Amino acid sequence: MERIRILKDKCTGCKLCVRACPFAAITIQDRKAVIDLTKCNLCGACVEACKFSAIELKKETAAKGTDLGLYKNVWVFCEQKKGKIQSISWELLGEGRKLADKLKVKLCGILLGSNISGAAAGIIERGADEVYVVDEKELENYLDEPYTNILVELVREYRPEIFLCGATTLGRSLVSRVAVKIYTGLTADCTGLDIDKETGNLLQTRPAFGGNIMATIITPNYRPQMATVRHKVMKEAAVQKGRKGAVIAKRFDKKIYASRTRLINMVDELEQTVNLCEADIIVSGGRGLGCADNFKLIRELAISIGGAVGASRAAVDSDWIPYSHQVGQTGKTVCPKIYIACGISGQIQHLIGMQSSDVIIAINRDPDAPIFNVATYGIVGDLFQVVPLLTKRFKEVCKK
Amino acid sequence: MDYLLNEQQVMIRDLARQIAKEKIAPVAAEYDEKEEFPWPIVKLLADSDLFGVYIEEKYGGIGGGVLELAICTEELSKACGGISLSLAATALGTYPIILFGNDEQKQKYLPDIAKGRKLAAFAITEPEAGSDAGSIKTTAKKEGDHYILNGTKQWITNGGEAEVYTVVAMTDKSKGARGASVFILEKGMKGFTFGKKEKKLGIRASATRELIFTDCKVPKANLLGKEGLGFIVAMKTFDKSRPGVAAQAVGIAQGALDFAVDYAKNRRQFGQAISSFQGIQFMLADMATQIEAARALIYSACRMIDSGAKDISKISAMAKMFASDVAVKVTIDAVQIFGGYGYMRDYPVEKFMRDAKITQIYEGTNQIQRNVIAQALIKESLK
Amino acid sequence: MKIIVCIKQVPNSADVKIDPKTNTLIREGVESVINPFDTYAIEEAVRLKERFAGTITIITMGPPQAEAALREALSLGCDEAILISDRAFAGSDTWATSYTLSSAIKKIGSYDLILCGKQASDGDTAQVGPGVATHLDIPQVTYVKKIEEINGEKARVERLVEDGYEIVEVSLPCLFTVVKEINVPRLPSLKGKIKAKAAKVAVWNAASLECDPKRLGLEGSPTKVMKIFNPPPRKGAVKITGEPEEAVDKLIELLGKDLPR
Repeated sequence: MERIRILKDKCTGCKLCVRACPFAAITIQDRKAVIDLTKCNLCGACVEACKFSAIELKKETAAKGTDLGLYKNVWVFCEQKKGKIQSISWELLGEGRKLADKLKVKLCGILLGSNISGAAAGIIERGADEVYVVDEKELENYLDEPYTNILVELVREYRPEIFLCGATTLGRSLVSRVAVKIYTGLTADCTGLDIDKETGNLLQTRPAFGGNIMATIITPNYRPQMATVRHKVMKEAAVQKGRKGAVIAKRFDKKIYASRTRLINMVDELEQTVNLCEADIIVSGGRGLGCADNFKLIRELAISIGGAVGASRAAVDSDWIPYSHQVGQTGKTVCPKIYIACGISGQIQHLIGMQSSDVIIAINRDPDAPIFNVATYGIVGDLFQVVPLLTKRFKEVCKK
Repeated sequence: MDYLLNEQQVMIRDLARQIAKEKIAPVAAEYDEKEEFPWPIVKLLADSDLFGVYIEEKYGGIGGGVLELAICTEELSKACGGISLSLAATALGTYPIILFGNDEQKQKYLPDIAKGRKLAAFAITEPEAGSDAGSIKTTAKKEGDHYILNGTKQWITNGGEAEVYTVVAMTDKSKGARGASVFILEKGMKGFTFGKKEKKLGIRASATRELIFTDCKVPKANLLGKEGLGFIVAMKTFDKSRPGVAAQAVGIAQGALDFAVDYAKNRRQFGQAISSFQGIQFMLADMATQIEAARALIYSACRMIDSGAKDISKISAMAKMFASDVAVKVTIDAVQIFGGYGYMRDYPVEKFMRDAKITQIYEGTNQIQRNVIAQALIKESLK
Repeated sequence: MKIIVCIKQVPNSADVKIDPKTNTLIREGVESVINPFDTYAIEEAVRLKERFAGTITIITMGPPQAEAALREALSLGCDEAILISDRAFAGSDTWATSYTLSSAIKKIGSYDLILCGKQASDGDTAQVGPGVATHLDIPQVTYVKKIEEINGEKARVERLVEDGYEIVEVSLPCLFTVVKEINVPRLPSLKGKIKAKAAKVAVWNAASLECDPKRLGLEGSPTKVMKIFNPPPRKGAVKITGEPEEAVDKLIELLGKDLPR
């Protein structure tokens, strides 16, 4: 018995499902839809698309042994580096607070490190009701295994229903392990989080299947519901001076700190002065620049408005500018106040990385370039004329 | 059009296409501008085994024939006719060994060439001997176990970069064309030096250089075939290599057409894409049709040659002549479609036009090709 | 050295175009390729083999068509290929996928190193590599940008992080996920392609793995897709036309207080 099937009497062969399928698994044969089960991923996109209820998908699986009611509260992993809490944690606390309020439960921060207990107050001031702190010499620097072991122990003991973590290099490595050990669901890079009013489930929304569609993902039968969020996607929680909360210090048996990896050294790369993710203004150049030399136009424009320099994949692949400047699916996700795209056509891979910027300005010769669909303002024109003029005007207007 | 390529030919085409698109196209303009030999690309081509497509498997090649070579040359030329020439000219320099070399000579030279570890070059042209090969002045005098070469070769593609040279020299001047012989020379032989590197209109990524022989001592074992076979070696070599020039021409033409179509779709004038204008459409249609006709002729010629047919000079010359004329015409039209942009070096099509011209000239001017074709026709009519 | 490389076949993102009318992806005719990040894992495996000798086993979980990705990997220098394919795997999330891959790796038996790309270009989760390591109970290093040293027992690698890199020592066997900076993947060779064409690709189904069938596919996946939808269409840019000077002035005016002053 297949989990998905076409109800032949209802199918009109209208092709809506063919277009909706992210895996190109549906074809029309003899005016009826046929699903190639070797390609089908049972995602249900076709069920949504069908106007005739002609596709049946058995999604429900028996609830697992987990007693969901035992799990309460929203947890946020508060990432620290060299004793400093990273701003991603403030963003997660902001979002976590909203979820906790909707569920009428507590928001808890999880803090691991060495000589770190003092930072707990700051987490409470950002909205946490409780902070679980594990403060040990062995936790000074991040290592997969001890950090994983501790989170697993904490989850088993205190049973949170939601567990959020930053989609940083640390977070992605850590919670992937935690979720597998606990046997629960983990949704990466959520762009939206909400609570389903009926079921109380966490609704985790993220771009799916490489781009222009969104999926809402749930973890109905397992707890905690784990999710990561990329930096700059959520708004930071405001500081509430003097806010009170509980700090719970935890200690573990020494063997929990055993690790088969050892950090030898950390090397800061100072040349990476461009921290694109943090920039409020970004000026990006793409294929339309034609050659590496012309990137100076972009740099001058960026300087004139106090912004950082970004680039499309096409520009990076042509070796016009290093990879660290790449914005997009395989580069960085940015969310500045102003994003200026010069000579970038707007391939979906690029748009994914910058489309949540507050104001997007596109400069392109081709009036049909997809970049204009996401832009706030678009100048249809030759960037070699427009950009130098804009640089000149910005210098006049934005002088400090 | 479906040319019913076999599995291996499709593999060659796809791999050459991938290299052209990913590795050659992005650097073509740069090498053209700098007039530099593209060693990094040659290394890539070597690692991909493409240098061995026309060389027998027992000598480390892939075991294909001139069709495989043509497919490969065409694909590479779509991105850059100059860079593709490093491979095509190596084939030209290698065919004398394939056709007339003894097993020892083949064992010694072909595996390195097939692997791309050594490039080859063919040297016949001299300042006074272009189309008139009978007036070659380079001499090879036999002295014991050696020949002593003296003279100068001109405009030798891959000159200076190649390790292996097949050189035509006169062993007996009194016999005219029948007194020519072909020798295998290696870079570094005493008395073998290089003259000036030429500055060219097009194919500027390829090296074109003078070879100078001053009492250059070449072992007897390096004579290809017999004394006096030189002219025949050259003619048989050209029969095999001319479809390669044709393929280079068609690749250049196709590369220019692809840019022209793309540009016509995107360039807007009078509120619409210029591809919607019939004047442009007719040009594109003519260009595409001529290219397809040239390609069909080349592939047929290659198949005839690879089948072992005897009289191949005519079809080989036809393919070279027709395809190179098409290349010049199509690339000029591509520049026309680009308008003012086409004339600018910041845009890619003027390079195709410059690169195309040489295909009408080298390996026998198109006038010589017509001679060859006509002579074959007359000869056939006498049968 | 025995190396296992896990790869995924994905739609070629360079091919993906958007239908400007419906704002949906045009999937027809999009070719499938090896996940770009996995190509670095393959290249690194081949380089290690060239340095230290050994074998490379390449595995993928996917539909029968994914065999093409395995053959491409074989043409680049991998020795054996295993396709893990069964309808029972359909609907797998990262938990079930990493469980399935780890079950296959247990069946392969011994190994020194497992290599994966840092993430797949279609899903972008970066969870499967660490998931496999966890199921196998081996250490991992993610975002590896350089393997400095490696011997039978230990490796020392550079791991890319946000503000530089870390030097990490790890005991073998272990799993690395690698980033673009680690190498420049080679192109296939004709002879490699010819050899790969003739090579045998093993196909393992669910029954051939020692695993709990309840942990496979949709049933074994804790996460479920509840809804799929197109992002709300953007209203599109306020287009500014006219001479460049006018256009720039108009833009400055529109930006108004958004500009830093």
